[in-house]
Amino acid sequence: MREKSTPAGTIRTEVVCRHFQMGDSVIRAVDGISLEVGAGEFVALLGSSGSGKSSLLNLIAGLDRPTSGVVIVNGHNLAEMSSEELSRYRRHSVGMVFQAFNLVGTMTLLENVELPMRFAEVERGQRLALAREALQRVGLGARVTHRPSQLSGGEQQRAAFARALANRPSLLLADEPTGNLDSHTGNEILDLLHECNEQLGMTLVLVTHERSLAERYAERLVFLADGKVVGDQANVPAFERVAAGGSSEGTPGTQTQEGERR
Amino acid sequence: MKANDLVDLAARNLRESLLRNSLTTLGIAVGVASLVAMLSLGIGLQQLADRRLARSGLFDTIVVTSRRSLRVFDRADNRDGAPPAESRPLDENARVEMARLPNVLEAVPDLHFMAEVRYEGKPHLTMVAGLPLSARDRDAFENMQGRFFTSDAADEAILQIQFADELLGIRPKLGESSSMLNGQTQTLIGKELTLRYAERVASPAASGSKSVPAEGGGGAGDRSSALQDARQPSLMAAFSVVARERKLRIVAVTDQDPEGMRGVAGARMFIQLQMVENLHVMLPSGLRGNEVDLSNAPAYPSLSVRVKSPNRVESVQDAIRKMGFNTFSILDATRSLQRFFAVLDLFLGIFGSLALAVAALGIVNTLVMAILERRREIGIMKAIGASDGDVKKLFLAEAAVMGFLGGTLGVALGWVIGRLINAGANFYLRRQNLPPENLWAVPWWLVGGAIAFAIVISMISGIYPAARAAKLDPVQALRYE
Repeated sequence: MREKSTPAGTIRTEVVCRHFQMGDSVIRAVDGISLEVGAGEFVALLGSSGSGKSSLLNLIAGLDRPTSGVVIVNGHNLAEMSSEELSRYRRHSVGMVFQAFNLVGTMTLLENVELPMRFAEVERGQRLALAREALQRVGLGARVTHRPSQLSGGEQQRAAFARALANRPSLLLADEPTGNLDSHTGNEILDLLHECNEQLGMTLVLVTHERSLAERYAERLVFLADGKVVGDQANVPAFERVAAGGSSEGTPGTQTQEGERR
Repeated sequence: MKANDLVDLAARNLRESLLRNSLTTLGIAVGVASLVAMLSLGIGLQQLADRRLARSGLFDTIVVTSRRSLRVFDRADNRDGAPPAESRPLDENARVEMARLPNVLEAVPDLHFMAEVRYEGKPHLTMVAGLPLSARDRDAFENMQGRFFTSDAADEAILQIQFADELLGIRPKLGESSSMLNGQTQTLIGKELTLRYAERVASPAASGSKSVPAEGGGGAGDRSSALQDARQPSLMAAFSVVARERKLRIVAVTDQDPEGMRGVAGARMFIQLQMVENLHVMLPSGLRGNEVDLSNAPAYPSLSVRVKSPNRVESVQDAIRKMGFNTFSILDATRSLQRFFAVLDLFLGIFGSLALAVAALGIVNTLVMAILERRREIGIMKAIGASDGDVKKLFLAEAAVMGFLGGTLGVALGWVIGRLINAGANFYLRRQNLPPENLWAVPWWLVGGAIAFAIVISMISGIYPAARAAKLDPVQALRYE
């Protein structure tokens, strides 16, 4: 379901902070970040681990609430929403892909993809058809009755991706989606994400610590360190530099990536 | 989330940890089974008692006596009204009037008389009572040998077991089984006996002249005891007594007292009520002073008024009292009996519920464990759009599904247990030479109620785990490995 309001897919944060109390000390995971992302933009949040990029993503996803400041998505201030409104926001406006795939292990792929639509109260017949179609699109049409444990990491992530798109969100948030995958499979996933951004016009926020990956796909790179933005630059995706619409398998970038990953 | 989706999802989640959830469900089933078994026993006993009481004819019956009668049930509520001597006689008119009262099934006179019975040449003295045809349904005739009277004018007699023993010349010692069980009484049925009785024949001359002073003589200050002595001589001349004989066929022998607590105890032979009236038997009460009516339609010593149901007894009793008669019923006894069964059911229910309480703890335990196990799953569900309410409802639905399955299984199990208890009790009864009884009943409301109760208890048990699951922080839950 696409948001009908005009600023669908826009994100704006104003000096947003997320502090965690750890005993006596305060950890400033997100420390006054102001950021604006336009509709349909592909932004990569880069930084080393502990830089606050995942915490920021959780704030945008409505999974967490800021300690101070505001997060405005699609024109609505998430900080002011009730937990019921937040869950509705997550259900309809946000699709998430995680490093750990986070499929429900006890459910088949079909049931996993169906799950967000259950929460959205989509009628059963329609739900099944849509889930099947979504799995078909990511190339898992023959494996709908399989459980996640019977699939490879890449297949699991593709299923998770199908699930993220189930309710047609305006915002796709990916938290280290390639972290558990080899580079080849990782590229396949990012190709899918990119395709979504291009064809469906979804705003895409990718959290990664692999700069080469970000440079290859993202239009904009935002660097974080210690909960603050330390760099924000436009980027021409390597993707577009090499060949329009082509697959990235043969590009030299792949090799560099392999080296970067330990 | 929609309700059917919720139940669907809950059921599939329960299938995942099949063993643990089955055991928890079994725990509920055992709890419900014990509850159902206990309550079905209580209800069964109550129904048995109600059935027995209804058939004993005690609780739907009002005994009506004249205020003139010496057999006054000396109760405070009987003392008001007209003075005894001026009150209405308990005659046929009064009987018909009572029979027409609303909620009254019938009004029958209680007629008893002493008579000599000759069987195979030997005389036996016994009290004979008249029975209406409606007495057929009383439990005294439930296990009798032979059959009930065929019509209201048949020359037939039913014998009480002691009298049958006497006719046969058997004297069973205490504790020994009577002739009924060894089949000797069977030989009596179909035989003929002779009833010798005294017929009361009114002499026309006396009845016309003497009856007036007899009725009017009962002045305001007179007491019945005084009257009796004073009038006896003059009344004796008002009718004559003629010895009569009548041949009767024995149709049945019963080992119980068909009269229960009513009437003059001790009647050992029963004949049709209509016949007693036709015989114009000289009734013992007819000799008593102020009850003596010199006409051929004598007053009855007492009447039994049968009411449609025990809870109508009171209103009918009031109506009869207004007509100017004394009444007596054992209604109060039923009330305390009902209270007794309510308390019994309560206690049985409490004992039965103990097992269910243990089962409820099992549900809490299972669901709390499930939260720990499914932390990540809960986090995922929240991340993809489940609200706190959805998570809570899902856990409650799982509890409810376990409650429903456990409740259904438990009712079935309880039914089987109740059956076994009943079978065991009847085995014991048969060993004691007693007729089998149904001590056990599972009404539909108990089936539905037990399942609903199991669901409610399960959901109450699920409230805490569900609230805990709903409060789970998704960011934390997703980090959890």
